[in-house]
Amino acid sequence: MRRFLLIAIPFGWLLALFLVPFFIVVKISLSDVAVSIPPYVPQFSWETGIGTFLRDLDFENFVFLTTDSLYWKSYVGSLVIAVISTFLTLLIGYPIAYGMARAPEEWRATLMMLIILPFWTSFLIRIYAWMGILSREGLLNQFLMWTGVISEPLTILNTNYAVYIGIIYAYLPFMVLPIYSALDRMDTSLIEAAEDLGCSRLTAFWLVTVPLSRNGIIAGCFLVFIPALGEFVIPSLLGGSGTLMIGKVLWEEFSSNRDWPLASAVAVVLLLILVVPIVLFQRNQQKQQEAEQ
Amino acid sequence: MAVKVFAPWDNPDEKPLIRFENVTKKFGDFVAIDNLTLDIFEREFFALLGPSGCGKTTMMRLLAGFEAPTSGKIELGGQNIVPVPPNKRAVNMMFQSYALFPHLTVWENIAFGLKREGMEKDKLNARVEQMLKLTRLERFAKRKPHQISGGQRQRVALARSLAKAPKLLLLDEPLGALDKKLREATQFELMDIQEKTGTTFVIVTHDQEEAMTVASRVAVMDEGQIIQVATPDRIYETPNSVYVADFIGDVNIVEGKAAPLEENQVRIDWAEGQPPLVCTATQPFDPGQTCYLAIRPEKVMITAERPEGADNAVQGKIHDIAYLGNISTYHVQLSNGTIIKAQSANTRRIARRSFTWEDPVWLSWTATAGVLLAR
Repeated sequence: MRRFLLIAIPFGWLLALFLVPFFIVVKISLSDVAVSIPPYVPQFSWETGIGTFLRDLDFENFVFLTTDSLYWKSYVGSLVIAVISTFLTLLIGYPIAYGMARAPEEWRATLMMLIILPFWTSFLIRIYAWMGILSREGLLNQFLMWTGVISEPLTILNTNYAVYIGIIYAYLPFMVLPIYSALDRMDTSLIEAAEDLGCSRLTAFWLVTVPLSRNGIIAGCFLVFIPALGEFVIPSLLGGSGTLMIGKVLWEEFSSNRDWPLASAVAVVLLLILVVPIVLFQRNQQKQQEAEQ
Repeated sequence: MAVKVFAPWDNPDEKPLIRFENVTKKFGDFVAIDNLTLDIFEREFFALLGPSGCGKTTMMRLLAGFEAPTSGKIELGGQNIVPVPPNKRAVNMMFQSYALFPHLTVWENIAFGLKREGMEKDKLNARVEQMLKLTRLERFAKRKPHQISGGQRQRVALARSLAKAPKLLLLDEPLGALDKKLREATQFELMDIQEKTGTTFVIVTHDQEEAMTVASRVAVMDEGQIIQVATPDRIYETPNSVYVADFIGDVNIVEGKAAPLEENQVRIDWAEGQPPLVCTATQPFDPGQTCYLAIRPEKVMITAERPEGADNAVQGKIHDIAYLGNISTYHVQLSNGTIIKAQSANTRRIARRSFTWEDPVWLSWTATAGVLLAR
């Protein structure tokens, strides 16, 4: 009985806060847009009964997603941007995590603080701050012109470059922390053993450090890739009209076009795409836990 | 037929494999190794023994190349190895934590060093198989380190460090993580493998029994210095200081004033109301010099009556008995409060033991049983 209760609490949580809202979204995605409050039909009513209600639902919106190239281009655009920015985040995040893990013991807590510190400010404000930095009259251009590297201001804001910068900046801690924890747990005598057996510093890094931080790398990549795929704040604020990301399209369908059913259909498809990496991520976490036991 | 005794350290023509020459290693202000000079010969099983923090691990790390000496020279086969990085030294190390690569199988762990050498595939396979056979690990070749027991992991670590056939193998507390039974069995296994491969072994340990069992010579260290280097029996029988005598095995130390008699005999006046002791000294003592008589408990006889013609005899009563199964150690308190330990084999069953608590007894030993030390 107590075991049942223990399981019931998280499951109840999941049911109320994930599954029920999800089914509401699915239901809306099968409805039609209408000028009413809320802006879609059919609405369930006890008088007409469940039969009529179900009969009015259809897959029209999903069919529409396949007919307009905007949508699949946005899905692909999101995937490309998410993949590239995950890779770039890894490239920047790994050396940071490595430096932290090899730093003197007394410095590590401070370095960890510095990584987490940005979370103390609102995400939205930090992205707005980047608008100030990246605009044509922004800090970055002023600095580069002052140093004489460039003579004309660069157009970074409202391009995909700004989106990459924004995503890398925002999700870097999610990459650094799991890699750091993997590297921190590693026994340094393993590196000495590798050197003792004939490895140079570099080969020891490739043959021992990298494979042993593999789980951290995988966890970090998923933690960046999954939210980056559905990201809408960064492409909306930093991206331009040419930035095709599905999160942004979803947001515009929902708020500007007030087409809730189509926006819901976009969301359901996005979720289905995300299920694959989420399942892979969970499996990686599980395998890691098993290996540690 | 005379058996040739392995004792290259007694032969002045023999060239040492390893030579430490005035080696000093400092970590900031802390002196880990203090102006140390030492020769280790080929095929030796050399033990560095000492309490934690005495510098024995630093010695090993200097040999492996993980640390560089602050001053002095370390030679391996006549070549100065101080500037040689660890991956270029013909030295391999078996780590205290074993440091097995957790992402590789037993087979891949053993092959790791050989692959770095770029050994041919056939030769490599043969070498790994040979190592697996030597350490009796054939059945576990495909397992990962976390899927085998502590004793098996220890053997993998040994096989991996031996695979490259190093000139010198370093063992850092290799048996620390094993239980007593397994440790003892493994000690003999180590000696066996050392003999078979002919590799020079240097072992670091804080376990004096282990050092005595496996080593051809033992170096007792303290505070970055070597106090004594000798064969295990000489370390035990003729320690050169109270520190060594006390560190190796159980010992009674009696402090007194020396009074030299004829023929190396020294009389030791050590306490009011107690008879003076007599000991055959191996070094000269001045009259009135402070001296320490070190005598092992098993060399002290315990009897009910005063023995006839004993060189030394003192009376006391049994304060405590440590029963160890095969032997018992009697803690005998003399009238001045001093406790002297005496050991005897339990040849009879415990119910028929001759002595029990509070029994008055006599302790006796010969003049040559103890060692008289100046410090």
